[in-house]
Amino acid sequence: MTSVGSGYDLYVSTYSPDGKIFQIDYANKAVENSGTCVAIRTKDGVILGVEKLVPSKMLEKSSNRRIHHIDTHIGVGISGFLADARQLITRARDEAKQYRQVYGQPIPIKVLSQRIASYNHVYTLYGSVRPFGCSLIITGIDQYGPQLYMVEPSGSCIGYFGTSMGKGKQAAKNEMEKIKFTEISTRDALKEVARIIHTVHDEVKDKDFELELGWISMTETNSVHQLVPQNLFEEAEAFAKAAIEEANQ
Amino acid sequence: MESPEWMNNAVDLGTSIMAVEFDGGVVMGADSRTTTGAYIANRVTNKITPIHEKIYCCRSGSAADTQAISDYVRYYLEMHTSELCDDPDVKTAASLFQLLCYSNKNNLMAGIIVAGWDKHQGGSVYNISLGGSMVKQPFAIGGSGSTYIYGYCDSKFKPNMTKDECVEFVQNSLALAMFRDGSSGGVIRLCIIDKNGVERRMIPGNKLPRFWEG
Repeated sequence: MTSVGSGYDLYVSTYSPDGKIFQIDYANKAVENSGTCVAIRTKDGVILGVEKLVPSKMLEKSSNRRIHHIDTHIGVGISGFLADARQLITRARDEAKQYRQVYGQPIPIKVLSQRIASYNHVYTLYGSVRPFGCSLIITGIDQYGPQLYMVEPSGSCIGYFGTSMGKGKQAAKNEMEKIKFTEISTRDALKEVARIIHTVHDEVKDKDFELELGWISMTETNSVHQLVPQNLFEEAEAFAKAAIEEANQ
Repeated sequence: MESPEWMNNAVDLGTSIMAVEFDGGVVMGADSRTTTGAYIANRVTNKITPIHEKIYCCRSGSAADTQAISDYVRYYLEMHTSELCDDPDVKTAASLFQLLCYSNKNNLMAGIIVAGWDKHQGGSVYNISLGGSMVKQPFAIGGSGSTYIYGYCDSKFKPNMTKDECVEFVQNSLALAMFRDGSSGGVIRLCIIDKNGVERRMIPGNKLPRFWEG
């Protein structure tokens, strides 16, 4: 037994002497090695931005998407293993569908996030399974207004004004601290998210990346989650590049 | 010897029930007669049943079926409330009624009016019919007695009535239905729900509004 965790990291059903479950830490490592994901909540909507690292030039554009729709009013951003995340996405869609069938209403974002978190948590309890190697940022608009939650492999589920995960999460958080979340408009927030993703991207380590932007807004998208339309996307990306250019001078 | 008919017939809420929306709440009303065949099993029945703090339902059809459904919905809604950490919407309660009424439609005799107040929609009224359809209505009438007062209600209902106008509308409509319908009668029970809470009233049988009785 020469591994780092000296035997305490083999199963989630084993605590280390100082009270850690190493498998959860490893799952978080998988998230931290993945492209950055940023989300900002404004007065009337939520913006989601993902730095999708492109490992090969032969990949078709828009493949391996990291922003997904769950219901008309919910969108999710992923960091970590895509394959693991896909299972959570499927589960989230099932939960949203079932809630609609039973209660005749769209599922509140908080309820969905907590249900996904509970699902994650179950995978931290048994020796026969491993935790999901991915975190989700869940965005949407419900009766309570715009909502933003992050769900992690440990099974935690926390609401935010703005949050980030993945490689550049710390840099992104530093950038976000300057934003006044109660004042910023949705369109300005869109540009900010694009700028932050471009800023935190490490050109030396990761050459190519594709920016993915998703948004939902009461005024702009009639409370339906969408990928940002081409013209606004280009505008936001141009703003981001110009801002970085300016900062470098 | 043949046993009396009240021993063979099901306990039935041959009924007159009603609910009306007003600005900021709802008024619900019901008669109080429960019959087994021609025998009045209870003359002071309460057919307006609480489902949640500010969501009530008027029951018509089989007493056993509607009580069982209400019990289930009350239980499910309580579970839902703790998941939501908030008071449920009237629509949510109505959807649960619909789910139970529709998926068991072959074994049930239940016509239910769900009404109440929630912070998103204000006062609202949902009619769950015998087959399990759910329709949102500004006012709803139900039970065997309702057939006598469709025309009266259509002519007297006005949108955006005040609370007092609604109370009067419900009292008069139910009194007319109870007079003509042999399986409705007794007292009128009222339930007025708004954001401040629930007020219950009872109008005794000898104080009912009276009309032409020819």
